[in-house]
Amino acid sequence: MNTRPHYDVAIIGAGLSGLAAGVRLAHFGKRVCIFERHNAPGGLNSFYSLGGRKYDVGLHAVTNYVRPGVKGTPLGRLLRQLRIDREELALCEQRRSRIAFGPRGEVALDFTNDFAVFEGEVARVFPAQATGFRRLTDLVRATIFSPDAPVVSAREVVRRHISDPLLEDMLLCPLMFYGSAREHDMDFGQFALLFQSILLEGLARPLEGIRAILRILLEKYRQAGGERRMKCGVARIEARGGRATALVLDNGEEVTADQVLSSIGGPETAALIAGPGTDAPPAAAVVPGRLTFVETISVFSCQPAALGWGEETIIFFNDSERFTYARPDGPVDVRSGVLCIPNNFDFGPGRELPEGMLRVTCLANYDAWAGLPEAAYQAAKERWFPAVQASARRFLPAVGDAVLAAATLATDMFTPRTITRFTGRVNGAIYGSPEKSLHGRTALANVHLCGTDQGLLGIVGSMLSGITMANKHVLQKAEG
Amino acid sequence: MTKDECKKLVLAIIADIAPDEDLSNVKSDVRLRDQLQLDSMDFLDIVMELRKRHGIEVPEADYGHLASLDSCADYLTPKFDALAAKG
Repeated sequence: MNTRPHYDVAIIGAGLSGLAAGVRLAHFGKRVCIFERHNAPGGLNSFYSLGGRKYDVGLHAVTNYVRPGVKGTPLGRLLRQLRIDREELALCEQRRSRIAFGPRGEVALDFTNDFAVFEGEVARVFPAQATGFRRLTDLVRATIFSPDAPVVSAREVVRRHISDPLLEDMLLCPLMFYGSAREHDMDFGQFALLFQSILLEGLARPLEGIRAILRILLEKYRQAGGERRMKCGVARIEARGGRATALVLDNGEEVTADQVLSSIGGPETAALIAGPGTDAPPAAAVVPGRLTFVETISVFSCQPAALGWGEETIIFFNDSERFTYARPDGPVDVRSGVLCIPNNFDFGPGRELPEGMLRVTCLANYDAWAGLPEAAYQAAKERWFPAVQASARRFLPAVGDAVLAAATLATDMFTPRTITRFTGRVNGAIYGSPEKSLHGRTALANVHLCGTDQGLLGIVGSMLSGITMANKHVLQKAEG
Repeated sequence: MTKDECKKLVLAIIADIAPDEDLSNVKSDVRLRDQLQLDSMDFLDIVMELRKRHGIEVPEADYGHLASLDSCADYLTPKFDALAAKG
């Protein structure tokens, strides 16, 4: 009587981790289906169309960039595991980036994909800290990410080597913005991982941004025989005896699977299991994250270089005495943020993005955005867009308001509310829960987490998370 | 199957798993790990590709037999022959 479709593995969410897991599993002959509620793939690193343009969300840069021939790094492991050629991905390196602190960015540390540049900057700006910084770097290099390592305060470890609080904040700022789900501090293991991936390795992107990466993953997955159901989320996970017995889809249909990989987040997965009709044990405490962001996007009729903004790829900025990485009381905290100019990767001679673009990301408060009636929500966007952009422009070479306005073709802004609407993330928390499940465990024995709440972050990290969880919970098990 | 043919099949798998490695001078009697940058994830993939492409099962206890091309050939050639005999 059982006519429900059955899969070896069902994957919830067609983000980078879910797709990467799917590629691995389908390649090795597993019957696998990815269920995605949204109409576009990518999850937290996706894209949308507006006014005839495609906008990326999530991706500023691919971290973990190493040049061809550098082996034994996360990028190399990822390419091998997914059988992707480097040439296929065609990553283009950043030009130069900066960490800029002070009301006008008076204290600045440049960095590139050559770590010696950053080391030199630290020694130049903080000569008394140079020895300590070298010791900290050695420690970071020696730190191997382990799911069983105890959680240790990154600030405490950094302070053992760095006595100047300004440098401490300047080191934490980019790493927190690019991956910390925890306020004020982060786990040292995560700090080391992000330090390696951003500062010791580096930043790059394909010319076409996230769509180029998604296209490769989707094509590999399709060729390997993987199934994909878009606009078809999982509404409920039915469970008995501590195991998932069926997935109930948004349209009421039911499917079954031996194993389930969920990329939608820890609290979000727990909420599916806790639905009616299940008798699963109560999920372990799954704390939702509190950190979310707004991002403003400006599209220009010229290349940013024509405005004098042609050199720098990413600027992490903070105007205050200390750097506060926390949920703000008001809707947006414009004191600090990240600005990204996607044109300023080295795409090679004659290759450039067709239009100029500036993206600025600042910390935001989910509750301040979530409950607003539509008219007030639109008004809040109109109020905060110029505030965010003005804050970021303090850290770029000056361009007159009239010049910038004349060059601006289009603008858009996404908020915590947008994030939750399109990704289902509680609180718009793009980095997920501050408590990671590094082994991918959930309340159910055959449901495993991958992606953000498994603990690996960034584009490369999320794909490696999907790969690692597929290997550990499905492929290696089959070997035994 | 000759042992040389078996080594070629193993090298073909490694070439697909690790296209960034130069396989033109791999020595048969030297551990693969000592001449190529292969980690445990790569060895797991060699095992899984053997099963996928050739239907050869390598239980975890036998992974050590995959250390060098010579030991691969010694261990895998009889398995290929047994499979061929079964038809």
